[in-house]
Amino acid sequence: MSLISLSGNLLYVAFIAYLVGTLLFGGAIKSSKPDGAVSRADKWGKLALIVTIIGFLAHLSYFITRWIHKGHAPVSNMFEFTTAFGMFIIAAFILIYYMYRLTALGLVALPVALLIIGYAAMFPNSVDPLVPSLQSHWLTIHVITAAMGQSILAISAVAGLLYLLKSINPKIQSKSRFWMEAVLYFGVLVIGFILATVLFKGVGYEADFTYIDTQKAEQEITYNMPAVFGMNDYTLLTENVMNPIVEMPAVINAKKLTTVFWSFIIGSVIYIIVRLVARRSILSMLHPLVQKVNLNLLDEVGYRSVLIGFPVFTLGALVFAMIWAQEAWGRYWGWDPKEVWALITWLFYAAYLHLRLSKGWEGKKSAWLAVVGFAIILFNLIVVNLVIAGLHSYAAN
Amino acid sequence: MEKIICVCGHENPAGTKLCGKCGRPLTEEAKSSKIVDMKYDGAAIRSKTRNKSMVDKIWNFFSSVKVGISLIIINLIAASIGTIFPQEFYISVSTDAEKEAYYENTYGSLGKLYYELGLSDVYSSWWFQILVGMLAISIIVASIDRGIPLHRSLKNQRVKRHESFLKRQRIIAEGPIINGDSANTLNLIEEKMKKLKYKVRRDGNALLAERGRFSRYGPYINHVGLIIFLAAVMLRLVPGFYVDESMWVREGEMRAVPGMEGYFIENEKFILEMHDNEKTENQELQGVNVVAKNYQTNAKLYKQTDDAVPGKADDLELVKEYSIRVNHPLQHEGYSFYQMDFRLNEIKAMNFVLTNKETGESFGEVHVDLTNPQDEYVINDQTKVQLLGYYPDFSGFENGEPQTATPNPNNPAFIFKMTTPDKPEGEVSFVAIQQTVEPNGDNAYKMAFKSVETRNMTGLTVHKDSSIPFLAIGGAIFMIGVAIGSYWNHRRLWVEQLDDGSIRLAAHTNKNWFGIKKDIDAVVEFAHLPKYIDQSDDDAEKEKEGDSTL
Repeated sequence: MSLISLSGNLLYVAFIAYLVGTLLFGGAIKSSKPDGAVSRADKWGKLALIVTIIGFLAHLSYFITRWIHKGHAPVSNMFEFTTAFGMFIIAAFILIYYMYRLTALGLVALPVALLIIGYAAMFPNSVDPLVPSLQSHWLTIHVITAAMGQSILAISAVAGLLYLLKSINPKIQSKSRFWMEAVLYFGVLVIGFILATVLFKGVGYEADFTYIDTQKAEQEITYNMPAVFGMNDYTLLTENVMNPIVEMPAVINAKKLTTVFWSFIIGSVIYIIVRLVARRSILSMLHPLVQKVNLNLLDEVGYRSVLIGFPVFTLGALVFAMIWAQEAWGRYWGWDPKEVWALITWLFYAAYLHLRLSKGWEGKKSAWLAVVGFAIILFNLIVVNLVIAGLHSYAAN
Repeated sequence: MEKIICVCGHENPAGTKLCGKCGRPLTEEAKSSKIVDMKYDGAAIRSKTRNKSMVDKIWNFFSSVKVGISLIIINLIAASIGTIFPQEFYISVSTDAEKEAYYENTYGSLGKLYYELGLSDVYSSWWFQILVGMLAISIIVASIDRGIPLHRSLKNQRVKRHESFLKRQRIIAEGPIINGDSANTLNLIEEKMKKLKYKVRRDGNALLAERGRFSRYGPYINHVGLIIFLAAVMLRLVPGFYVDESMWVREGEMRAVPGMEGYFIENEKFILEMHDNEKTENQELQGVNVVAKNYQTNAKLYKQTDDAVPGKADDLELVKEYSIRVNHPLQHEGYSFYQMDFRLNEIKAMNFVLTNKETGESFGEVHVDLTNPQDEYVINDQTKVQLLGYYPDFSGFENGEPQTATPNPNNPAFIFKMTTPDKPEGEVSFVAIQQTVEPNGDNAYKMAFKSVETRNMTGLTVHKDSSIPFLAIGGAIFMIGVAIGSYWNHRRLWVEQLDDGSIRLAAHTNKNWFGIKKDIDAVVEFAHLPKYIDQSDDDAEKEKEGDSTL
């Protein structure tokens, strides 16, 4: 087995371990029988943690073997960065677990990491050569520190989600009940994206088009999903495939919009099926699982993760980023969208920390803030990379 | 200014919530609350005590945490607006009209609106800079407003606190010791707390154990760092502090460095290397055929000797020889040269052969160096070629005159006058790439194109930023402050032994209650103290609380 295929297999091992770990964490914190719950939780919780650590070690081995194969840190494309992000979330979870011994965190942390790794796996995992601007030891230092900071900050969202799962009563209609269900629905949409990609890749769907871009030049593009939206002024080149229903203007990438559309459709179908079969909302299915967690402690874990993560994030995403930018381009700050969104993330968590000073911003509100903070991190990872950054030449030189 | 005199006799400035000496609550609010507000240790804050003059009102506005948070959020939103469409400096057009057209053509009417509102250059807009400035003022004012009283009250902490102060802490315990000799209890507490790295002070029957007080200064230190950083950014405006120039240098050429008096840089060679890998899946998706591996300029930096005439490229001494690559700028005396751009295969020279059209007979070769075109090329006594006109970037005729679009030799064109033995009066011919015009009708001779010599050109930027050390200092102070404030916390434990030997205990930390509880658990067990309660637990949740290990 070559090093790179070994590396890929290790990632599979990690994924499966996290999947098993999630189920074990579920068993650890379920409280159907009051008798012996504590000892059972202890036993299952320990097992769940051992499986998680095994998964993490496999994940780390994937990272190291890929690093050796490439000769530089594997954080240079969407697949690599996102899998590394998933790995650091698990690492941050293990760290916080050993500080607070809070088993229930695993029930949220592991599925979040699973969704992130699953999402990452939908991007090409090819070993790409590095453009000159990325050939720097700062690539390793900056990206890894930033990812670590983001991961520790993500644990505050994990604690926040757990807090909300317990504290929102699924039987009483409220705004927070609606939004919590929306967050869970978003998670299902990510599964929809993964399924849509795997499904159409599985049947080998391909449709070639030519289109006219914003600069009036003719370009070629290949869709891997049935084209619902067509590119600007498209011409279909492949036979016996679906003709686009709607044509989009040049400024919108209709291929990506099509991907979003199919993820939305498949995700929604799954969601509806789940609702119809279970006859209740996802929130009300998860709510009873987490009844035994201590809200005060969760609030503290959430706050503490921001306290731990914020300096790391500042160092990685702003300080090291500025040093590298100064070295590569001669300017430490260039108002590039990725930079701006790192600054926005930083400002948001700064606001979070200051809000904790004022009364009434603990507990539920703070939990919601942590979830919003994680949403900003995901926005910077997904939207800025795939939609906004495509408009300029971040890595052109 | 009014003073509040506490029951204990201590004079407190107006606005104090908790007596600086004994800790008794002084305001009605503090008296009625179950857990006192320990922010700034109850010290009086200027913004909460004065509200008369205009200065007070402005001060109060900027010192408010609410205003500060609002400013953070407003800055955040303003910054995000600038990422909707690319900013002007990322699009490659120069004039305002071209920019407007670009936004309109690329993004439609929304793009036009974006440009017209000035959002396409939002970060240099006056209102964005005012927002950042207001945030800076807020940081300064709030830090002074709170930092100084906090420092005073932390410095003058008394060991003995009044019962009403202790009972209003979040963690409290009261009662007789579980077993052992109560005369020894305070000694046991002192021993254990010292082992836990607390500083212990005693005053009669009272004890104060304190740890990590310095962490309270973390936020103020990081605010100082931020202000130094922002001030350093402004230094750029000071003349001489900041140089940002770009230059093009052809291979073999030496040019004066703009913004760096007395220095010249020579481009010996520009190198472009590509990765020789198979096309990867990502490359296919992005439509990229090959990926660049290296952009490099082999450069030589020269300095004029002190007695040389300014601007003249003689009397030079070599200062440095360096291969400038991306991520590896050439650095010298605060100046840095960055590899930013390149242009390949610019025409350097063209070779022509003076040819008889009919016989094809050659009369000799003419080598035209485009950087240094000669007026006349003499082949022999009777044969010569005069260069009447040179148009480096020929763009067409206007009123019969050839025009050049730029001074760069992208599309060179020439007017030659060919003098030959049989045409001693000469023949004029206009020669451009794939185009020949003979104004005087049919010539007997032509300048046949033979070959072209090319060279590469490198685009460098020259930077000097003397504000960098100040930025580094500000950044370092910020990081130290934020680490101190985040990774350490100020934990305090007050203990009082009553006359009957029973213990009254209270504890407070600014952050990490989980941590201080572990310490208290340890000391409670070690000194057989009564069980403590967390007063925030019972009012936080009416519903049944879970097990904290789960």
